[in-house]
Amino acid sequence: MHIVVCIKQVPDSAQIRVHPVTNTIMRQGVPAIVNPYDLFSLEEALRLKDRFGGKVTMLCMGPPQAEDALRKCISYGADDAVLVTDRAFAGADTLATSYALAAAIRQIAKEQAVDIVFTGKQTIDGDTAQVGPGIAKRMGLQLLTYVSKIVETDLDARTIIVERRAEGGVQVLKTALPCLVTMLENTNELRFATLPSMIHAAGFPVRKWNREQAGIEDVSRIGLKGSPTVVSKVFGPTPRSEKAEMLELDTSSLRDVSLNLLQKIFTRHPTLEADLLMKGTS
Amino acid sequence: MNAPTVPDRKPAAPARRAGGRNLELPEHLKAYKGVWVFLEHDLGHVHSVSWELLGEARKLADKLGSDVAVAVLGGPDEPLEQFAAEAFGFGADKAYVMHDPVLLGYRNEPFTKGLTDLVNRYQPEILLLGATSMGRDLAGSVATTLATGLTADCTELNIDPASRALAATRPTFGGSLLCTIMTLAYRPQMATVRPRVMAMPQAQAGRAGEIVQETLGLVETAIVTKLLDFIADANSNRINLPYADVIVSGGKGLKNPENFRLVFELARVLGGEVGATRPCVQAGWVDAERQVGQTGKTVRPKLYIAAGISGAIQHRVGMESSDVIVAINTDANAPIFDFAHYGIVGNALQVLPALTQAFADHLALRGKAAA
Repeated sequence: MHIVVCIKQVPDSAQIRVHPVTNTIMRQGVPAIVNPYDLFSLEEALRLKDRFGGKVTMLCMGPPQAEDALRKCISYGADDAVLVTDRAFAGADTLATSYALAAAIRQIAKEQAVDIVFTGKQTIDGDTAQVGPGIAKRMGLQLLTYVSKIVETDLDARTIIVERRAEGGVQVLKTALPCLVTMLENTNELRFATLPSMIHAAGFPVRKWNREQAGIEDVSRIGLKGSPTVVSKVFGPTPRSEKAEMLELDTSSLRDVSLNLLQKIFTRHPTLEADLLMKGTS
Repeated sequence: MNAPTVPDRKPAAPARRAGGRNLELPEHLKAYKGVWVFLEHDLGHVHSVSWELLGEARKLADKLGSDVAVAVLGGPDEPLEQFAAEAFGFGADKAYVMHDPVLLGYRNEPFTKGLTDLVNRYQPEILLLGATSMGRDLAGSVATTLATGLTADCTELNIDPASRALAATRPTFGGSLLCTIMTLAYRPQMATVRPRVMAMPQAQAGRAGEIVQETLGLVETAIVTKLLDFIADANSNRINLPYADVIVSGGKGLKNPENFRLVFELARVLGGEVGATRPCVQAGWVDAERQVGQTGKTVRPKLYIAAGISGAIQHRVGMESSDVIVAINTDANAPIFDFAHYGIVGNALQVLPALTQAFADHLALRGKAAA
């Protein structure tokens, strides 16, 4: 079984700060990590490899330093890693990104046919959840998003059954390989990297492909040129004019503060009290 | 109130150069007219996010001087015409209705074909979908098939006066900044919006529209993916955070997962739901369904009580449209106090039980008085 897992290197958003005056991102010192959602897909791919044997190939598009993210995945047990990196990819939106990744997957498939492509549910920096579906459509792969469980994989019959999180319930879907899967978060727990595998990863030769090596001839489909969306403005959130009305604890008891707060809440939102009483009776 | 974005600053039309891209709308795409909403429904009901989108679609169409239409796809016996009639009440002028056996229960392939065909046939200039598990799955597929721009999770939709393009504003970098995105040279312009980000519009009784019946032209044998079963969530397990009236949320200031019971107790007294910040969810203190914020749910309850939450921007973007926000935090300088309505500087572990008792006593007293 040959599985391709697409990942993205992202800034750790929990540590991003915005300069209060200039409204620009303060990137200095913000560590780059593997997009956390991608790791659920990586773990699922590794579990399939554990069961069926075969190979997990990692794929990432990004600047040269994204190599570190791929090495990290090698340390968890992936077998091969391709970094698609070229200045021509700069400025790509999700449409152009899925074009480039689909092209690279076709190149990878020339070496060995691909059974399943995994991507993360979404990234934590872009949050669009569009690249997975985009790759699937471009490659004609069956699309299985928000998968909470892979129920059954039959390599002889070339079928897969999964549970997919939908609104108000879970869909049980059966489809044919090859397919593209995005895993839901918290559906598995990523294994630990062992010391020998970390040493192996540190020296691992990540393959770096430029545009031509990724099999892309038409430069109008990639990077900024291949991106229909245009960012017209970036700005900071507006600070609220009014600050919170503070209720002092030191001058009164907790009980008094609580009752005072209730009165203020119900005065500010006149229908809320009636709503709460309705809930109480129903 | 507390609009999450800047309402009045108009996005400037970008310079028409940007990396050698053509940013002029080609002649053949100028025929694209009208604002569409994809009507999402399950279990016999239209998802509220579709009505919220219709409210926005109406405003956009009025600015453009064009019409609003909905696309609604479903099985042969599903009440799509009834959904269409409801949509007219919320501001739609037209409904493209597609019944087909293969459209019973969402699957990517037939829905992508159905919606893509409708767009190619009727050429709307704007297409809006809910950022739900269905809407995101479908939007990404349709946008790729149509090779057009799609902006996800928008918090504000407007028309750029210079280009008359859709100016879609969304949080970026984990909510630290906002950006306005336009699709200038491609049509339709697609955008998704998360549930509860836009306000629910008022339905107008007696407002009518035109229903256009459409056919899909796809047989079951041609579809690779089969829907074997649908396991509905048990009502007791269903956490409907986005539409809760009251939410009590906890953050890392609660110190440990056991203390979350104080949050649950207050929520129970108020008949509300329990929310949490991302760090709490990542630490496994509460279910991921309870996460409020940029990578969790967007909520706009009547009352939001934040206990031990500092108010990081990633959390703020998910809850700042709440009617009344109460914050309890030991740190007087916590950013949460910049956008809460009422603040208590104190230990949530002490304040929560006092607040729970006060609410319980007050509601019992008022309940008796009313009875």
